[in-house]
Amino acid sequence: MTMNETNVKGDRIVDAPEIESMHLDDRVDGPAAAVMLSAGIGIFVLGLLTLLAEANVSIHDFLGELEFDKGVGPLAGKTILASAGFFVSWLVLGLAMRHKEVDLRRWFWIAFALGVIGAVLMFPPVFQAFASE
Amino acid sequence: MFDLSNREFWTVVHGLVLGTVFLLLLGGGLAGLWSLQPGYLTTAGVRERMRRMYVGMWAMAVTAWATVITGTWIVYPWYRAELSVVGDDDFAGCAGAILPGDTCSPRDFLKSNASGDTASWHNFGMEWKEHIAWAAPFLITAVAFIVAYYGPRIVRRPWLRTATIVMLVGGFAAAVIGGLYGAFLNKIAPIS
Repeated sequence: MTMNETNVKGDRIVDAPEIESMHLDDRVDGPAAAVMLSAGIGIFVLGLLTLLAEANVSIHDFLGELEFDKGVGPLAGKTILASAGFFVSWLVLGLAMRHKEVDLRRWFWIAFALGVIGAVLMFPPVFQAFASE
Repeated sequence: MFDLSNREFWTVVHGLVLGTVFLLLLGGGLAGLWSLQPGYLTTAGVRERMRRMYVGMWAMAVTAWATVITGTWIVYPWYRAELSVVGDDDFAGCAGAILPGDTCSPRDFLKSNASGDTASWHNFGMEWKEHIAWAAPFLITAVAFIVAYYGPRIVRRPWLRTATIVMLVGGFAAAVIGGLYGAFLNKIAPIS
């Protein structure tokens, strides 16, 4: 199949006759960039808090106070704050970027890097290496 | 007949019911995303597939959230309860235990090495699982939003489709780590 290609902010747009009859309007990439970045932020915050809770007793105890007497321990604070990081950043970035055409690839790779760093920080041999005595 | 304790019920809901539903939805979602390529489907096929993908992706995101929330807030406190401390001995209640019980929570049981070399199951397995599993709802929610936002336009965006699949597979990997270690841990140190 021969495909005509155009580019929007670095992304390749190919012909797809099967959807042309749907008469779809164009969509800017800002909202997608926002949610990608927010997912990366959520994972990064969780990884960072996992390491900090291991390294610092005060942070460990603070995160444990967010368990509402359910016996969850510091995991409660880590996951509440990471989820807040995800949803709040999605709201803020989503509003800020809702009409913007952005370089989606660039935002994706930033989000990807945040996600990978977060995942590495919550890998036990990594965060346990920072354990306070 | 078919008795389940409250703890067993929630362990089954968290790991087996929600986990199975998640994996089924993921298989469908991945196949659906993969097929959104020029020349693969008719116009009617794209319309029909997108309806299923909108429902399936959001259902997958809800399932991912439900899995980590029930795991963290309902099942995990039973796993980590401190039951075995007597004086200076953190694991006195686990002495001679072959399974967790009233004086020995699953975490204490694993860390005590009362029944073999089990501490690594907690120090590595549970410590990894309890954190990394939370990456799944973030990633799957993002995927659900992208699919809903672009809809059939994804057919014209091969890179976007690939990036979305990468996020979906990342969420799947996080869920698999959580699910596999959960299954092993509940076999070695069951919550009952």
